Amino acid sequence: MAKRISRRIWRKLAHILVLGTFTILLAFPFYWMLITSFKQNVDLYTMENNPFRFNAKPTLDHLKFLFTETRFVRWLGNTAFVGIVVVAITLLLAVPAAYSLARLSGRWGERLGIGIFLTYLVPPTLLFIPLSRVVAGLGLQDSLWALVLVYPSFTVPFSIWLLMGFFKSIPRELEDAAMVDGLTRFGAFIKLVIPISVSGILTVVIFTFTLVTQEFVYALTFISSESNQMIGTGIPIFLVRGDVYYWGALMAACLIASLPIAFLYNLFLDRFIAGFTVGAVK
Amino acid sequence: MAIARTKIKSIGAAQSPLLGAAMFSPAVLYILLLVAGPFLLAVFYAFSDARIGNAEMHFVGLENFRSILQSPSFRVAIRNSFIFTICSQIVVLVGAHILAISLENTFRGRGVIRFLILLPWVAPIALGAIGWKWILDSIYSVITWVLVAAHIYKPFSAPMWLGEPRLAITSVLLVHSWRMLPFATVILLAGRTAIPKDIPEAAAVDGAGFWSTEFQIIVPMMRPIMSVAVLFGLIFTFTDMTVVYILTAGGPFDSTQTLPSLAFALGIQGSDLAAGAAISLFLVPLLVIIAYFMLRVAHRAEVT
Repeated sequence: MAKRISRRIWRKLAHILVLGTFTILLAFPFYWMLITSFKQNVDLYTMENNPFRFNAKPTLDHLKFLFTETRFVRWLGNTAFVGIVVVAITLLLAVPAAYSLARLSGRWGERLGIGIFLTYLVPPTLLFIPLSRVVAGLGLQDSLWALVLVYPSFTVPFSIWLLMGFFKSIPRELEDAAMVDGLTRFGAFIKLVIPISVSGILTVVIFTFTLVTQEFVYALTFISSESNQMIGTGIPIFLVRGDVYYWGALMAACLIASLPIAFLYNLFLDRFIAGFTVGAVK
Repeated sequence: MAIARTKIKSIGAAQSPLLGAAMFSPAVLYILLLVAGPFLLAVFYAFSDARIGNAEMHFVGLENFRSILQSPSFRVAIRNSFIFTICSQIVVLVGAHILAISLENTFRGRGVIRFLILLPWVAPIALGAIGWKWILDSIYSVITWVLVAAHIYKPFSAPMWLGEPRLAITSVLLVHSWRMLPFATVILLAGRTAIPKDIPEAAAVDGAGFWSTEFQIIVPMMRPIMSVAVLFGLIFTFTDMTVVYILTAGGPFDSTQTLPSLAFALGIQGSDLAAGAAISLFLVPLLVIIAYFMLRVAHRAEVT
């Protein structure tokens, strides 16, 4: 009996140890952002100081600097703007497409769906060079509209894929019944299918928005001026003046921009993962 | 009335191909214009001498590929791309397996732990990478401070983590692993919870211990989902340029350059569109192979 209890304790200890180690390794950079944000420069830039504690009084100077002397707020606004417009475009393109593919008879809907999903695997790092010329040709260099134009190319494929799964789970009989009651197929789609798919559509909204906030390559390639940056590019490029790093403000900016995105993404993560693993979980 | 009803029903039940096409063609058209079109343009550029700021363009055959293959920084880039991708996926697969086991059962605080563990994946990678850049700073690195405090290095003699080729490569590799570990963990966790509980229990009744249950029963059952995690991990790491660009910008002396970051350095920063396009085309073979395996995983699931 005693042996069994001690074995259980050992297992519990091992569990805590493993979990603790991984949590610290994975979350450490964000903890480091937090502590750096509130440290005075004398504290940060003295090599002898123990970096794990405050050697001088905590300060809000970096936050003040970030919000008053940099374009950080503007970048947040740009990101939100592009995010919202791209979400709207993505919904307009993906919702009808996913519905019609989910309802296509035979294997063709599925095949076209997989084909569209595969385009999600074509990475920005393969397309950014030709797209930079397309953007220039359209006169959209250094404009947020360039991002609005290009971002749906990676949000639409995955959204169609996610929504197809949702629409397939709606029984056809429901729509047939609605059409018997006098609705057209399109009417049934608008008045019946969309309202019951709200949770699926919301998933796509969050997914699209977080993808937009995480994108880096296109924003880096198409946008050049300081006031048109997205958060992902503005922070690393424009919070560094010459070779001078404003680490306090940089870390505060990273943390403030990361947390809401991480929180939103986290809420819906299981649904995105279901989209990635369709077919492989049985 | 009854007749009218059946009539409407037959109309409704009949497929309406026109409406169907009208609903999906805008999306397909958009994807063709913004994915297939630029891809063809990239191929076209790769065989030309296109430069930014020069309207003229000539067909040069395989000239770009010839000069790329002779350039030492290209060879370093392709080597690094494979090192980063393969090594980080090994680290990720082992780590995610352990982590998925320890997250499988519910315990108090699991939600908070899950959120913390997921941060590297759910936060924008550009921002996470800046955090690492500060942690690996050449002077004020916390890692250096710990090593000095532990008397492993004397003050001022600790290495510069991002300033020496080998260390910089290791750093980039570890940041990639850090980034993909949560993603793989969540996927493997989904796979584990899908295994019926009575299977490992029956194995335990038959006297199988933890390790043999794990490796002889659970791992084989999880093969399809593990391949999903690995295939996505391979793609995301192989095609990523954010981590390298932020941590080292390819340096020191191009030693951490990858295919995407070199394509950016030459094609955009160096205005040599043709060379950049040719380099990025080297991503395609691996992408095709991965897509093939993904289709096989999907197909097998469809059949069973």
